[in-house]
Amino acid sequence: MLLIPCPWCGPRDEIEFRYGGEAHIARPTDPDALDDRAWAEYLFMRANPKGVFAERWMHSAGCRCWFNLLRDTVSHRILAAYRIGDTPPARDTPS
Amino acid sequence: MTQPFRLPRGGQIDRERVLRFRFDGREYEGHPGDTLASALLANGVRLVGRSFKYHRPRGIFSAGPEEPSALVQLETGAVTEPNRRATEIGLYDGLRAASQHAWPSLTADFGALVGGIAPLLPAGFYYKTFMQPPALWSRLWEPLLRHMAGLGRAPRLPDPSRYDKHHAHCDVLVVGGGPAGLAAALAAGKSGARVILADSDAAFGGALLRRAYRIGDREGLEWSAATLAELGTMSDVRLMPATTVLGHYDDNYLIATEEVGDRRSAAPKVGLPRQRLWHIRARRVVLATGAQERLLVFADNDRPGIMLASAVETYVKRYAVAPARRAVLFANNDDGYVAAAALDRAGVRVAAIVDPRDAPGLTALRSVEPIPIFAGYAVTATEGRGALRRVWLSPFPAADRSRRGRSIAIPCDLLAVSGGWNPVLHLYAQAQGRLRFDEALTAFVPDGAEAAVRCVGAAAGHFGLGQCLADGATAGAHAALLCGFGTGEAPPMPKVEDEEEAAPGPLSLLGSHHIARRAFVDLHNDVTAADIALAAREGFEAIEHVKRYTTLGMGTDQGKTGNLPGFALLAATIGRSVGETGATTFRPPYVPVAYGLLAGRERGMLADPVRLTPIHDWHVAAGAVFEDVGQWKRPRYYPRSGEDMAAAVRRECLAARDRVALLDASTLGKIEVSGPDAGRFLDRIYINRWQGLPVGQCRYGIMCRDDGMVFDDGVGTRLAQARFFITTTTGNAAAVLDWLEEWLQTEWPDLEVFCTSVTEQWANATLVGPRAREVLATLTPGLALSRADFPFMRMREVEIVGIPARIFRVSFSGELSYEINVPADYGLTLWQRLIAAGEPYGITSYGTEAMHVLRAEKGYIIVGQETDGSVTPTDLGLGGLVARDKECLGRRSLDRRDTARPDRKQLVGLLPENPEEVLPEGAQLVATRDRAPSAASGLDPGMIGHVTSSYFGARIGRSFALALVENGRARDGEIVWVSLLGQVVPARICQPVFYDPEGRRRDG
Repeated sequence: MLLIPCPWCGPRDEIEFRYGGEAHIARPTDPDALDDRAWAEYLFMRANPKGVFAERWMHSAGCRCWFNLLRDTVSHRILAAYRIGDTPPARDTPS
Repeated sequence: MTQPFRLPRGGQIDRERVLRFRFDGREYEGHPGDTLASALLANGVRLVGRSFKYHRPRGIFSAGPEEPSALVQLETGAVTEPNRRATEIGLYDGLRAASQHAWPSLTADFGALVGGIAPLLPAGFYYKTFMQPPALWSRLWEPLLRHMAGLGRAPRLPDPSRYDKHHAHCDVLVVGGGPAGLAAALAAGKSGARVILADSDAAFGGALLRRAYRIGDREGLEWSAATLAELGTMSDVRLMPATTVLGHYDDNYLIATEEVGDRRSAAPKVGLPRQRLWHIRARRVVLATGAQERLLVFADNDRPGIMLASAVETYVKRYAVAPARRAVLFANNDDGYVAAAALDRAGVRVAAIVDPRDAPGLTALRSVEPIPIFAGYAVTATEGRGALRRVWLSPFPAADRSRRGRSIAIPCDLLAVSGGWNPVLHLYAQAQGRLRFDEALTAFVPDGAEAAVRCVGAAAGHFGLGQCLADGATAGAHAALLCGFGTGEAPPMPKVEDEEEAAPGPLSLLGSHHIARRAFVDLHNDVTAADIALAAREGFEAIEHVKRYTTLGMGTDQGKTGNLPGFALLAATIGRSVGETGATTFRPPYVPVAYGLLAGRERGMLADPVRLTPIHDWHVAAGAVFEDVGQWKRPRYYPRSGEDMAAAVRRECLAARDRVALLDASTLGKIEVSGPDAGRFLDRIYINRWQGLPVGQCRYGIMCRDDGMVFDDGVGTRLAQARFFITTTTGNAAAVLDWLEEWLQTEWPDLEVFCTSVTEQWANATLVGPRAREVLATLTPGLALSRADFPFMRMREVEIVGIPARIFRVSFSGELSYEINVPADYGLTLWQRLIAAGEPYGITSYGTEAMHVLRAEKGYIIVGQETDGSVTPTDLGLGGLVARDKECLGRRSLDRRDTARPDRKQLVGLLPENPEEVLPEGAQLVATRDRAPSAASGLDPGMIGHVTSSYFGARIGRSFALALVENGRARDGEIVWVSLLGQVVPARICQPVFYDPEGRRRDG
């Protein structure tokens, strides 16, 4: 069970959280300007990297705030947690 | 004489007290401190069970959690447990245990008589023997195998024991309380860190319990007692004996089971749970899990009386049991010799030591003088039906011609075997630790250091006692330092000289025997050397494949004693090194766990929360039959005497259509959406318009996901300029709140909107029917109720019988209807007053079943019933609701090529040709009567849709259904076929409104 550092509440067990998929996918401001392919790209296509991944989580049994994590999908190490709207930290794995 | 094999003195047992227990019906005696295994051995019981596959007689092979053979059925009735390891059951007075999978009895076992079927059970037999003819599988093979195989019997009664859960946090968790673990706990504890020390054994000490080590100038056990006493004085150190760590998960989250009542009696003392499940989050973990001895592979190496050398030591020293009269030791390493010396000291005649190495270590040889040594020999066969009688030795390796010599027979009733040691790395591997094969140690050892986990002592392949102590102290101090405690400097440990050992012998004795059918690699799963060789011949080379093909290391044993010999055999067969072949995955749990422990107290009423409406007690008194809707209990119908469900539902429906009826709709999800931007927000969430909704008015709305699929629906009402009250589907309330919050937080943080769940703040009594207005009027004399004064889709805030209420004129039945919301605490009062006021009008309470019939007759959808996440508003015939001139979730997707397709599955009505036939919901629809696809015509009579709702309509007097059908609207009037078990039934497609399509009745 991951120990997730909620940016508002501090480290809490994974069971308190809900997963929200890939982070930093902005909803297009003018969907009508996109053709079907571009719209489908936004709707359905998600990265599935082996390595560092920026993903959304929600502290559903806590403060109910959404936030972002940088997590290594291989080692499950969490490299950073940051609030919605914050710039993602550099993705280099700290040694 | 009782306990004929008990030594006259020694052992950590309480000889003053006698415990009586029964095994397979016979009564025996033992002492506190015994395990079931040690007590059986003390009484001379050698044959304890039959093996899993071949029903071979088996005895006690080990003295710990690695026991592969002595699995027993503990106790009877509700508390019975299968597959308990006799080596792990602390003896208590009155214990009852029985051998497993022996039928009709342990000594005359049917399975063993038909041992002739063994050739039918080679590696992969599941895939081979029983393939043809198919009929034989279900009639013969499966029943036969189920009867013969299997491990024990599951209890048939509910477990009466209590189990608890405990969450704990610590800085340093030390797993294993042997010398290394004790040293680590001491070092960490001295620094002031919060420490937990857990050991699966009821006593700490590890190897000190079985061997007479000296630590400094003390006996090993004196040192451990002193260390434990010192740890006991530290307030932040928690000592947890009898606690087995089962699994190691992400970020040092570990699960452990603590035996609380188990070791004392079958029925634990009142107030104590039987076991506790510990959830431990540790900042650092020190794994001092020790090592387990390996077996050696030779023909008939499974007879009762063949036992690990370390287990022999344990029985002699810890339990004062001599498990034999005349013993032979077969060891490929120096460490095994200690068992021979221990037996000798205990007065057991050791007839021979057999060692495949030509040059055993000198210290080892000196320690066992004058026992005859057969160096360069291997045990190649054994004899004895129910118990070992004789072993045969041959020179090793047999392939070496110069070594050919006569085999030698030695009578004995105990063969101690030692194939070297495996560090116990289950938890380390579960924590993503990498393993490396160490050729010098012939064992997998931890490779590199995981940041927050460290193996010490024997678990790290450091088998010397002095090394274990130093290792533990260093790791304990370092772990504490990393948590911010102490200096990181290890406290001084007493001096221990580790003896030099000669290199261990080969893991695989391939060549010392024919690859015999009965040379067992995995005693637990009855996997033989021949099985491994066969798998290799058949092309299975990847270790994970061989595991599954042969069942090596599977099941509850997880390959504790036999895995590595199996890997070595495979490696030798296919000409690779063990390191190249690799190891299989270690899976939690480390030892079997009772389901009851995992469930804890979350069973029965506590398994899942039950949500009741404020009116619940009235429903119970009225004899309602309830159904579960999410976690809610909702009345389904209220049968009167002599009524079945159909009759009750019909009566309730007709009351709502013809007179007046009352529904408890309190479970409806309710959310207040407030803030200056609430209207703008709802415009983006719902497919229709909300900003312009006047205060006091209601509107039906549909929410779509951004892919255009219907997510939820409900009625919203504008309470004030910046305050909306929306309702959701009962089972979807939490998901809708999540959805609203997600978009507000992640995409539109600029909107000033607040969402509050108020589902449980309001009770809802829905008054329905043509006489509803008259009933309501008696309770709200000040409120103008005429069609013009209180029109459809309006809300009024009034007092009703002195209770503040919101009355919504909305309808989910098609009839004149008032949804009366009052604060939850007044719900029951309101309900009772409505029932009383309605009495002269024949008011009838109705449940969810009638509610469904009423809404379906009107073609009103239920999200989750008519929709399944692949249905758009257009598919439901509600495309007209979509406001095309504003942006909202899902709108763009409705124009996607696939979503805009005209021939998608669409909501239609269905009238079965037989008006009495109620189609089953979920039934598949086909376009043509002949279900079998016709290859010639190329026609595909495949499924074109399914029934989503189906009832007998009380007012319309016939059966009807709603369905999703491909291109359904264009098929109006066509016949489709409903595919049921054994028959195909015709039904006609129609408009999905069956009653009052003009909507005349909603105003009463």
